[in-house]
Amino acid sequence: MSAPTNINSDHSADLLNGSGAAAILSAGIGSFAVAFFAIAADKSAFVKNLFVFYKPTGALSGETTVAILLWLAAWAILNWRWRKRTVSLRRINVIALALLGFSLLLTFPPIGDLF
Amino acid sequence: MEISTRSLWTLIHGMGFGALYLLACSGAIVALYQRYSTEPPPQNPAGRDRFLGIYLSIMAALAWLTVLTGTYIIYPWYRAAPPKDTVSLVAYPRSLLLSHPATSQWHLIGMEWKEHVAWLVPIAITAAAFIAIRYARDLKHHPQLRSTLLGFTAVSLFAAGIAGFFGAMLDKNAPVDGGQTIHLVQGE
Repeated sequence: MSAPTNINSDHSADLLNGSGAAAILSAGIGSFAVAFFAIAADKSAFVKNLFVFYKPTGALSGETTVAILLWLAAWAILNWRWRKRTVSLRRINVIALALLGFSLLLTFPPIGDLF
Repeated sequence: MEISTRSLWTLIHGMGFGALYLLACSGAIVALYQRYSTEPPPQNPAGRDRFLGIYLSIMAALAWLTVLTGTYIIYPWYRAAPPKDTVSLVAYPRSLLLSHPATSQWHLIGMEWKEHVAWLVPIAITAAAFIAIRYARDLKHHPQLRSTLLGFTAVSLFAAGIAGFFGAMLDKNAPVDGGQTIHLVQGE
């Protein structure tokens, strides 16, 4: 994923904002993954069984483990691509905060059950 | 005066790591707002920047400890299925809550929300801690990063508040109890 370069923003900064943007967007992706996997496991017995990594905790163990791995992978990839760049943070912030907001809503069972 | 090992773990999870996180979170929001809404005083700015990074890192550690103890130590006790012909469900909180219409929603909404929304907290605050450490003094040149730092901390406070509220209510309606008994003080 790439974001438009905006060299003019934050021009006074010593450090480029790419690493920060990678941390922000990946956190949004990881949070959304938690909500997405929770709904997927709730809707499908097959997916639910796949996510049982640790039986006493049930599917929650797999849902969260896979989401965390996805978050860390997204972070590593985005950081690798953006660490030497200045990216448009406004768009990244909006996307990341929207993903966080959706995650809060989608983990709420009455809303998650709508899918 | 005595306490069971399971009660002790719920105390460590909720009133230890969780409550401490909530307290630290409100402190972080006030500190971030005060620091960046006005011109900071010139005394020892490097030390203040370092402190913010350490403070948020400790919060991230608390958040991880809270979700990991909750998910892998307490939740298995909470969701354990009772053996057939079990008369009393007191030792099986999930089944106890689901056995009565007046309490079933504490599990179906409360626990189902809590067990997932709590995981947003360490993700958000770890990203915030990374930004605070990575940019440190340079953060003053990145207004949008600062806004996101504040936003992520606020979202983590909200998510932790939901998890904390339902954790307290679940423990009130169907406490996780049992295991070995620890004698704290011997009565006369």
